[in-house]
Amino acid sequence: MEFGLGVNVDLTVVWAFLIAFAVFAYVVLDGFDLGLGMLFAVAPEKRDRDVMMNSVAPVWDGNETWLVLGGGGLFAAFPLAYALVLPALYAPIIAMLLALIFRGVAFEFRWRTERWRGVWDFAFISGSAMASFSQGVALGALLQGIDVDMTTRSYAGGWFDWLTPFSVVTGIAVMTGYCLLGATWLVMKTEGDLQDRMRRLAWPFGLVTLGFIGIVSLWTPFLQDGYYNRWFTGWGIVLAVFVGAAVLFVAWRMFNSLTVHRHEYRPFLQAITLFALCFVGLGIAMWPYVVPVEVTIWDAAAPEKSQVFMLIGAVVLIPLILGYTAYAYWIFRGKIDPDAGYH
Amino acid sequence: MFDHADAVLLARIQFAFTVSFHFLFPAFTIGLASYLAVLNGLWLAGYGQVYRVLFDYWKKIFALVFAMGVVSGIVMSYQFGTNWSVFSDKAGPVIGAPMAYEVLSAFFLEAGFLGIMLFGRERVGNALHMVATAVVAVGTLLSAFWILSVNSWMHTPAGFTIDAVTGQFMPTNFWESIFNPSFPYRLVHTVTAAYLTTAFIVGGVGAWHLLRHTAGDNPGARRMFSMAMWMAAIVAPIQVFIGDLHGLNTMEHQPQKVMAMEGHYESHPDGWAPLYLFGIPNDEEQRLDYAFGIPGLSSLILNHSLTAPLAGLDTIPDDEQPPVGIVFWSFRIMVGLGLLMVAVGGWSLVARWRGTLFTSRPLHRFAVVMGPSGLVAVLAGWVTTEVGRQPYTIWGHLRTADSAAPLDASAVGVSLMAFVIVYFIVFGAGTFYVLRLMAKAPITGGPDDWETRAPIRTAGIAPGPAQGTPTDHGPRIEEEAR
Ligand code: HDD
Ligand code: HEM
Ligand code: HEM
Repeated sequence: MEFGLGVNVDLTVVWAFLIAFAVFAYVVLDGFDLGLGMLFAVAPEKRDRDVMMNSVAPVWDGNETWLVLGGGGLFAAFPLAYALVLPALYAPIIAMLLALIFRGVAFEFRWRTERWRGVWDFAFISGSAMASFSQGVALGALLQGIDVDMTTRSYAGGWFDWLTPFSVVTGIAVMTGYCLLGATWLVMKTEGDLQDRMRRLAWPFGLVTLGFIGIVSLWTPFLQDGYYNRWFTGWGIVLAVFVGAAVLFVAWRMFNSLTVHRHEYRPFLQAITLFALCFVGLGIAMWPYVVPVEVTIWDAAAPEKSQVFMLIGAVVLIPLILGYTAYAYWIFRGKIDPDAGYH
Repeated sequence: MFDHADAVLLARIQFAFTVSFHFLFPAFTIGLASYLAVLNGLWLAGYGQVYRVLFDYWKKIFALVFAMGVVSGIVMSYQFGTNWSVFSDKAGPVIGAPMAYEVLSAFFLEAGFLGIMLFGRERVGNALHMVATAVVAVGTLLSAFWILSVNSWMHTPAGFTIDAVTGQFMPTNFWESIFNPSFPYRLVHTVTAAYLTTAFIVGGVGAWHLLRHTAGDNPGARRMFSMAMWMAAIVAPIQVFIGDLHGLNTMEHQPQKVMAMEGHYESHPDGWAPLYLFGIPNDEEQRLDYAFGIPGLSSLILNHSLTAPLAGLDTIPDDEQPPVGIVFWSFRIMVGLGLLMVAVGGWSLVARWRGTLFTSRPLHRFAVVMGPSGLVAVLAGWVTTEVGRQPYTIWGHLRTADSAAPLDASAVGVSLMAFVIVYFIVFGAGTFYVLRLMAKAPITGGPDDWETRAPIRTAGIAPGPAQGTPTDHGPRIEEEAR
């Protein structure tokens, strides 16, 4: 679209960035919720679990809404990509949705019953684990490429194409990463014994996450020629080295603030930074495809009229959303009081 | 073993199953969110402690139902892609935008303020808490606005052209596609339906407690019953009227749907079309067996004239006809329940006038039975709407059979089974918890001054022991009332 003063903006690129932002916001925000859900497994005490759950109860719904924006935004801005990717990832997506049902209702159900609390706690743990794993698998399956038939504009692969060693590895990697986010979030939000335990857990999770980042980064370039050429030629090498060094630096800082300085909120921020760097790396690898290595963002983009119409809303509403989301976090800031059960 | 047609059928069943479940929750929460805002407002304005008790009572139920609405809704936003990918690719440029607006303007709003509404009263104070409660209510209405616009567009598409190369629907005018011809009717009828659904649930719960306690001993039950009965008395007749308008609009744009609803296989060139009260639709023979109808009434309702000609399904090619049986009966269920709702409303007016509103046991029994009627009517209405537009997903342009994803029947079959099992377990348990909360009476023991209009300022200064209501927040209620 042409703006005055000769400024020319490619709205397709703008939308690609907006959707990437929504997905990143989801990964970080629901990432720590889901991680916290998995960490329920190592905190069997009811009191600890109450505190953990209460630390996200007022905000989890908002966190999950970024997933709806990611999916809905993809549908709106890149309808073809939405139509190709979802059938290709049918099984992991359905599994994720079912898992999110168990995880989501557990927030309310576990306060409504004494006898069945254990059941809903288990639903919370397994739902969180399954959702994280499915998301990781979906990521891996997308990265390794999707078989499409552009004459019929439809998915052309088989039912289990998504299942490969690579996608299983990314599935486990995402689970570990979310646990890291969850543990550092709890370091920030809790006190005493629970906080100590989370601190002790955070750094092994960090270490394993780092390992997975390494494995996936080294594996990805060999999945498709496109990735290889992007990373290992010309500026790609420089970028790769730069991102890699940044990951190591941030990780080192994180371990320091976890163990040496015993910071409360820094580890969480550093874990987020780690995720952000991985996300940048992913972005560089995938650019400019939405469906690697078949469909570029321009192939899949909605017509300009739709892009403009949505952009008006996005420009006004996204800052507002960020504003009141931040406000909600601000209201519920600080340590969780174990006795302030609101249910 | 399976062919494409089976996969499409399974995909349809899966979609219908998940969306029906999903809609049950918003049908209740849209109304309940507004009701909570009203209760909180009345309490803040000093109309009595009873409103605060009711707010806390329904708040817990709201939280449960809302959570189920959210998780079932997330499923919906991905079902379009997993089951109807061809439809998504083609219609995305037109309906993607309003759906994105729904996320941006409604879902975030609800989710962002829900936490404050449920957990934040102590932290933000009463004024901001009231704002949050109202914002959640507005969010649910905005949500209905956008999704119903999308749905209506599929029934009465407007403001687009079809791209010759890709076959995609390209927007030409978003104003026209959002405010498409059936949208105003569908929006008003559905939101009113949500309010009625809530009114009848609230009224049913109130009546239940009135039946179980000696009348008058529970001010909370009395207040909610009375409020619900006002809604029934005023809104149910309005809904019948709106439904009629909606039907006329449908007649204009989707005549064969109305023919199916009415069971009119045959045309009536001279008017006097009967309103069939009963009959067994027989698609094969194209006639209504065992028909029993009131002569001329259908002409009167649909044409507002006895003698104007009325076309029937014999003017429509067979492959353009919806399945008459389902539509015919689901429509009768909805209308029948609508008329019963009007009856409850009318009866409550008489009882009120006679002063027996809180003592008439037959009325209370009727209200308890009618408690879930809104949910049933809403589902019946949607089945009428959606089955009645077959064989199209986008009326006149895209057939259902051409909308589906290139799916494998076994994959859809397996996931359908998983959905059925999970939904029955999870939402079954949720319904059980909701019913258990409803079975508890709102905290009583209150002196009747709860009912008076005395401002809380004076009523709350020296709370008697009975007023320290053991709700979530305990006795703090009183000091907050300032
Ligand atoms: C409490 C719920 C409720 C009640 C009592 C009624 N309806 Fe309804 N009706 C709905 C809830 C609903 C609904 C669920 O909201 C529907 C489905 C889609 C829509 O637009 O509204 C609907 C659809 C719907 C349609 C289909 C429109 C279309 O498909 O294009 C018609 C013709 C009517 N209604 C007419 C009526 C009449 C004449 C009623 C009078 C008794 C009535 N409804 C009562
Ligand atoms: C407002 C949002 C809605 C949208 C966008 C929507 C869209 C769709 C779509 C795409 C289909 C599949 C294609 C088809 O079979 O025609 C469908 C079918 C169906 N929907 Fe809806 N729907 C909505 C609301 C509802 C609700 C609330 C119900 C509740 C009962 C419902 C009931 C059905 C049924 C029963 C079918 C199956 C019809 C058939 O295949 O014979 N829909 N709808
Ligand atoms: C097929 C169509 C539909 C889709 C894709 C859909 C999608 C969704 C999603 C993703 C959510 C969760 C939002 C969150 O995270 O907070 C949701 C909740 C909600 N939906 Fe739907 N929905 C559909 C049909 C409907 C219909 C027909 C209505 C009402 C007329 C409706 C009204 C609501 C409301 C009010 C909520 C808030 C949660 C609640 O009150 O239970 N939706 N929907």
